[in-house]
Amino acid sequence: MISVRHVWKVFGSNPTQIIGSPDANLSRSELRAKTGNTIAVRDVSFDVAPGEVFVVMGLSGSGKSTLVRCMTRLIEPTQGEIFFQEEDILKVDEKRLRELRKTRFSMVFQHFGLLPHRKVIDNIAYSLEINGVSKVERHDRANQVIELVGLQGYGHAYPEKLSGGMQQRVGLARALAVDPQVLFLDEPFSALDPLIRRDMQAEVIRLHHQLGKTMVFITHDLAEAVKLGDRIAIMRDGAIVQIGTPEELVAAPADDYVANFVQDFPKSQVLTLRWIARKPDENEDLSGPILPPTVTVHNSMRQIVESALPIRVMEDGHLLGVVTTKDMLSVVSGSEL
Amino acid sequence: MSATVLAKPKPVQKANVVQKYKMELYLSALSAGFVFFAILLRGIATLPLDTSSLTSFQSWLNSVSDWIGNNQNSNPFFTFFINVIRDSIDAFVTGIQDLISQSIGNNASPLIGWLGIVVLLSFVAYTVANVRIAILVFLGLVSLGLLGFWQESMDTLALTLAAVVLALIIGIPLGICAGLFPRFEKVITPFLDFAQVMPTFVYLTPVTLFFLIGPASATIVTMVYAIPPALRITSVALHEVPWSSVEAAVSMGSTRIQALRKVQLPQAKRTIVVGINQTIMAALSMVTIAALIDAPGLGKVVVTALESLDIGKSFQAGLGIVILAVLLDRTTTAAASKVDTENSHLVSHKRHRQILLFGGIATLVALLISRIYSWAGNFPGTGLIGSDIARYADDIVNWIQLHFVSVTNAITNGVSYGLINPIQNLLTNSPWFVTGLAFVLLALILGGKKLAIISTLCVLGIVGTGLWSDTMTTLASVLVAATATVAIGIIFGVWIGRSKRADQIMRPMLDAGQVLPAFVYLVPFLGLFGATRFTAIMAAIVYAAPASIKLMADGIAGVPASITEAGIAAGSNKWQMIVKVQLPSARRALALSTNQGIIYVLAMVVVGGLVGAGGLGYLVVAGFTQLNLTGKGLAAGLAIVLLGILLDRITQAAAARSMLERTK
Amino acid sequence: MSTTSRFRRGTVFLLVATAISFAFSAGAPAQAAAAKCGTVNLADNAWVGYEADLAVVSYIMKNDLGCKVVVKNLSEQVSWQGFPTGQIDAILENWGHEDLAAKYITKQKVAVDLGSTGNKGIIGWYVVPWLAAKYPDITNWKNLNKYASMFKTSESGSQGAFLDGDPSYVTNDAAIIKNLKLNYKVIYTGSEAALITSFRNAEAQKKPMIGYFYEPQWFLAQVPLVHVTLPAWKSGCDANPKTVACDYPPYALNKVASAKFMSSGSPAATLLKNFSWTNADQNSVAKSLAVDKLSDDAAAKIWITAHPAIVKKWLGN
Repeated sequence: MISVRHVWKVFGSNPTQIIGSPDANLSRSELRAKTGNTIAVRDVSFDVAPGEVFVVMGLSGSGKSTLVRCMTRLIEPTQGEIFFQEEDILKVDEKRLRELRKTRFSMVFQHFGLLPHRKVIDNIAYSLEINGVSKVERHDRANQVIELVGLQGYGHAYPEKLSGGMQQRVGLARALAVDPQVLFLDEPFSALDPLIRRDMQAEVIRLHHQLGKTMVFITHDLAEAVKLGDRIAIMRDGAIVQIGTPEELVAAPADDYVANFVQDFPKSQVLTLRWIARKPDENEDLSGPILPPTVTVHNSMRQIVESALPIRVMEDGHLLGVVTTKDMLSVVSGSEL
Repeated sequence: MSATVLAKPKPVQKANVVQKYKMELYLSALSAGFVFFAILLRGIATLPLDTSSLTSFQSWLNSVSDWIGNNQNSNPFFTFFINVIRDSIDAFVTGIQDLISQSIGNNASPLIGWLGIVVLLSFVAYTVANVRIAILVFLGLVSLGLLGFWQESMDTLALTLAAVVLALIIGIPLGICAGLFPRFEKVITPFLDFAQVMPTFVYLTPVTLFFLIGPASATIVTMVYAIPPALRITSVALHEVPWSSVEAAVSMGSTRIQALRKVQLPQAKRTIVVGINQTIMAALSMVTIAALIDAPGLGKVVVTALESLDIGKSFQAGLGIVILAVLLDRTTTAAASKVDTENSHLVSHKRHRQILLFGGIATLVALLISRIYSWAGNFPGTGLIGSDIARYADDIVNWIQLHFVSVTNAITNGVSYGLINPIQNLLTNSPWFVTGLAFVLLALILGGKKLAIISTLCVLGIVGTGLWSDTMTTLASVLVAATATVAIGIIFGVWIGRSKRADQIMRPMLDAGQVLPAFVYLVPFLGLFGATRFTAIMAAIVYAAPASIKLMADGIAGVPASITEAGIAAGSNKWQMIVKVQLPSARRALALSTNQGIIYVLAMVVVGGLVGAGGLGYLVVAGFTQLNLTGKGLAAGLAIVLLGILLDRITQAAAARSMLERTK
Repeated sequence: MSTTSRFRRGTVFLLVATAISFAFSAGAPAQAAAAKCGTVNLADNAWVGYEADLAVVSYIMKNDLGCKVVVKNLSEQVSWQGFPTGQIDAILENWGHEDLAAKYITKQKVAVDLGSTGNKGIIGWYVVPWLAAKYPDITNWKNLNKYASMFKTSESGSQGAFLDGDPSYVTNDAAIIKNLKLNYKVIYTGSEAALITSFRNAEAQKKPMIGYFYEPQWFLAQVPLVHVTLPAWKSGCDANPKTVACDYPPYALNKVASAKFMSSGSPAATLLKNFSWTNADQNSVAKSLAVDKLSDDAAAKIWITAHPAIVKKWLGN
C-alpha cells in the first residue's frame, strides 16, 4: 500500500547539503550547534500493507509527527521517495496531491483541528464540500458517518459545545467521510482523559474491524501502540530504531533504547508461548498438557500453574519446547528476556 | 536549559546576580559620566541655530517644496499620478458629503436629510449590533443636532467614513498577506512602526505639499494613521486561528484560497471587526487634527474657536466629537461581540425578520420624508442646548482662572525653575557629541550592538537636520512630561486595576480623554499656566495619561488569580500586594505603558509648539505657515521622528531586558 | 454563513439602494437655485479682523447674489498658493507679502490686486496698559533695557521675555532685539490665542508684559495695549532681515483675487472689487464675533442692516 524509502527531513537554512555529508552522522545537538540545522527525519524506510494498522511510536521530538506529515506532504520531505499504490507522491504536482488528499488520505489530529465556526455536520462534510459535492448529498453522507462513530443527535451542535472525546469522534468522522484508503492518525487520543482514551481506542479497533482501512497511527504511548498496532516502528532522534510486531519488540528489543522502552511493559500480555518455550531438559517429563505457540503467556497462565507437569508447546505436531511455572514467573516478574 | 539549571543551580544564580549588578553599575556610571562631561564641556559644540536662519539642508528642502509647487500642474508625475489620486479621493469624499452633510445648491439639505440619517443609522446599528445600541445611536445623533453642529458632525462622519473605507480596502488585504506570509510581515513591520511612532502633526506638511490642502490631504493623513491598526490586527487575527484547523483543512485537500476563505477568515472575523473598531477610532481622532489642513467638520470648529479664544464653543464641539466617538465605538464593539454569539443563534428567526422588515420600511419612509419636508431635511431645533453648554463651560473656566491663577502661576514657576530649566540647561549646553555618545552607550548597554547602530544613525540624523539644540529643548520637556505620565499611569492604573468600581467610573472618562481633541483644553490651560513649556507639558500629560493608565490597569487586572491568591495566602497587606506582587507581575504592562506614554507625549510636541513650548514643535508649526521656513519645518518634523525612534527603541529594549531578567 | 445574515445583508442593501434612488428623484428641484453666481472659494485667515470681512462678504454673496460660498481655513501664505491651483478665488485682507505678490501677481499673473479694503494696518511692539501708565517712558525703545529685568519669566532665563504670537506672522523681532542691543529674548507663544491670553492675564494680574501685536484687532477694544515706538520705518530699512533695526512699515491692507475668477463674469467679482470699509466698521463686526459670540451670519446681518447704503454701493447698484 505505502512504501517509504530513505526519507529525510532537515529543518534549517541549507538542508540538502547535510544529507550524505559527514555532518549527517552528528547527534542532533551537535549538528544544530555546528550548522544550525535540525534533522527531524533521518533516512526512514518502511512498508505498510493494505489493511494493516502501522504504529509509529516515539518520545516527543523523535520526529514521528514530522514523519506522518511528510507522508501526506503537509511538510515537504527534504529527500526520499514515498510510494502510494506505485505512485511517488513526492513527485506529483499540487493538483494531483490535492486530489489524493481529498479522496485517498485522511488525517486525524491531536488537537482535533475542527472548524469552530461550523456545525458538526458541516465540519464532517467539509472535504466533500471542497470536492464539489452538493449540499444534500454531502449531508446524507455526513449523517451516515455520524451514525458510524456514534454522534447521533450532535450534527447541529457547534464543536466547542462537545467534550474532548466527542470532538475527536467528529475528527474521526470527518476523516472517514470521504471513504479514504489510508487514515493517518497523529496522536489522536493524547489530549484525552485515560478513560475516554480507552473508549476511543476500542472505537478505532471496532472501526478497523468494520471498515478494514489501512491506518498509520502515531503515538507516544506504548500500551496504545501494542493494543492497536499490527506492527510498530520505534523512532528515536528522527531515525527508526526497530520495526516489528508488538511481541517481537518486547521479546527481542534491537538495542538498549528499545529495551528501556519496553522494560516496564507487562510482558505476559504480549509474549506468546513461542517466545518462552525452551528445550526440555533431558530428564523432563514430556507428557504434560499441549498448548499452541500463539497463546499469550497471560492467557495460558492458569493452565501452566495448574499443571504439575511442564506444558508442551506444539505446532503442526512438532514440539517447539516446554514451559513450566518457573519459566512463566520469570517472564511476569521481568527478570528474564 | 532547564537541565543545566537543575544540575548546578548555584553558579548560574551567582552569574545572574553579577550580571544584574553590572547593568546597574554601567547605567549609573553612564549617567555620572554624562553629567560630568556635559558640565565640564558646557557651551562647546551645542549647535544652536536662530529661528530665522537656515542650514543648507533646510534650504534644500525649501527648494524641493518650491519645485513641487511649481511643477504641480505640469510634471507628469503629478498630472498623471498624484493629481489623479487627489482628484479621485476628493470626488469620493465630496460624494459622501453630498449624501449626508453638504447641501446641494443653496439652503437645501443634503441628499439625505437629518431624519433620514438618524433613522437609517439607528437601523444599521440594530442590524449589526442590537436594540440597545440602536437607541443609543438615535439619541446620540439627535443630541449632535441639539448641540448645534449637525452639519459639522456629518462632515466629520463623512470624512471618517471615507478614510475608514479606504484604509480598510488597503489595510485588510495587506493584513491578510502579512498574516499568511511571514516574510512580507517582516518587511512591512518597520513601516508600520514608523507610521505609528511618527507624531501625527509631523506628516501634515509633507502630505499637503503633494496633495494640497483640502479633503484629499485630510483623508490621506487620516489613512496613514488608520491603516496600521487595520493591517496589524488583521494579521494578528489570522495568526490567532489555530494552526491545527488550517492544517486539517489542507490535509483534506483544500487549496490555499479555500483554506483562507472557509477556515481562516471565518475564524478571524471577530478579531478583524475589533480591528475595524480600532481603525474607526484612529480615523476619528485624526480627522479632528486634520482640521489644521482645512478638513471640514467638528475639528474645524474647535480650531477656529481656539483662534478666537472661544472656550465655550470649543468645548461644545469637543463634546460633539466625544459623542460621535462613543456611538462609533459602542456600535462596532457590539458588532464584534455579536460575531461571537451569532454561532449560537439566540435570536428567534421569525421575530428578528419581522423587526428587520418593519425597520426597513420605517427607514425608507424616513428617507423619503427627509427628502420632501424641510423640517426633516435641515435639523430644526439646532443649537437648542448647545449655547447653554458653551456658556456654562465658559463660566466654569473663567471662574477657575479667576480664583486659581495665583496658585497655577506658582506651580508653573516652581516646575519651570526647579525641574524643566535645569534639565533643559544641561541638555542644551552639553556638546552634541557628549549627549549623542551617552545615547549610543545607553543603547549599547540596554539593547546591544544593533540598537547602538540605530541610535548612532538617529543621533547623526538629528545633527544633520541642523536642529540639535531645538531637539534638546524639546527632549527636556518630553522627559518631564513622560516621567509624569508614567507616574500617573502607575498610580491610577493600580487603582483602576484593583477596583472594579474605579474601573467603571474612570473608564468612560479615559475614553473621552482619548478622543477629545487637545485643542479643546489648550485655551483653559493657557489661561491657567500661560504661554509656557509647562502648559505644553500639561497638555501632553492629559493626552498621554489615558493610554498609559489603561495599559497599566489592564496589566494589573490581568495578573493571574493564582498569583494574587498566593500573595494573599502569604499574608501580604495591601501595600505589599501592590509593590511586591502585582506591580512586578505586571512588569510587561509597566514597560508597555512607559513606551506608549513616551510615544503619546511625542505626538503632542507639535501641539506644544502652539502654546509656548518652542523647540521643534514651534518650528513645525511655523514651517507649515511661513513659506521660507517650510524646509526648516520639514527638518523639524524629521528630527521629531528620529527622536521618537530613538526613545521608542531604547525604552523597548529596556522593557525586553526587564522581561528577560524575569524569565531567568 | 447563516441564512438570516444573508437575508439581512440583502435587505439593507436593497433599502439603501431604493432610498438613494428616491432621494435623487426627489432632490432635483432643490438644486436649481444657485445657478447664477456659482461657487466662490474664499480663504479664511486666522485673525478676527479677517473673520469680520469674511462674515460680511460671504453673507452678501449668499443672500444677495445666490452664490455657494466655500470657506477654506488656511494660513496667509498658504492661501496665496491656492491661486494657481484654483483652490482659492479671493483673499479678503492681505498684509503686505511683497514676495508673494511679485510671484503670483507680477510673474505668474494668476492673481490680481483688487485694491484697498479701507483698513490701515499697524504692526509693532505693545505693552499692557497698566505698565504704560505706571512707567510712561517705557513706550520708547531706548528705555526698554532699563526695565528688562522686570520682564524676566521662567521661559526667558536672565533676559526679559518678549512674546511673539502666531507662527504664521513674519516677524523681525529677534533681529530688531539683537541689532538694537536689547536685553530681551523672543519667546514664541505659538498662536494668536496664546498671545492674547498672555496679554489679558498680564493686565488682569498687573504683571509686566511686552510683545508683538497689531491693529485693527478687536482685542484692543477690551485691553487697549500701548504701542512702543521703535526707530521709525524708512523705505528699505527692513530690506535685509538680518540687519533690520527699525519699526514695521504701515500696511495698507488690500484684497487679492484669482485672475481667472475675476474674468469669469461672476457678480461676486464686482462685490470683491468694491468692498471697502473703515477700521471702526471692521472692529464692530469683529466685536460681535469675538466678544458677543455671535455666529458669522448673525454678526454680518447686524452690520449690514445698519449700513444699507454702503452695501448697495459695493454691489454696484
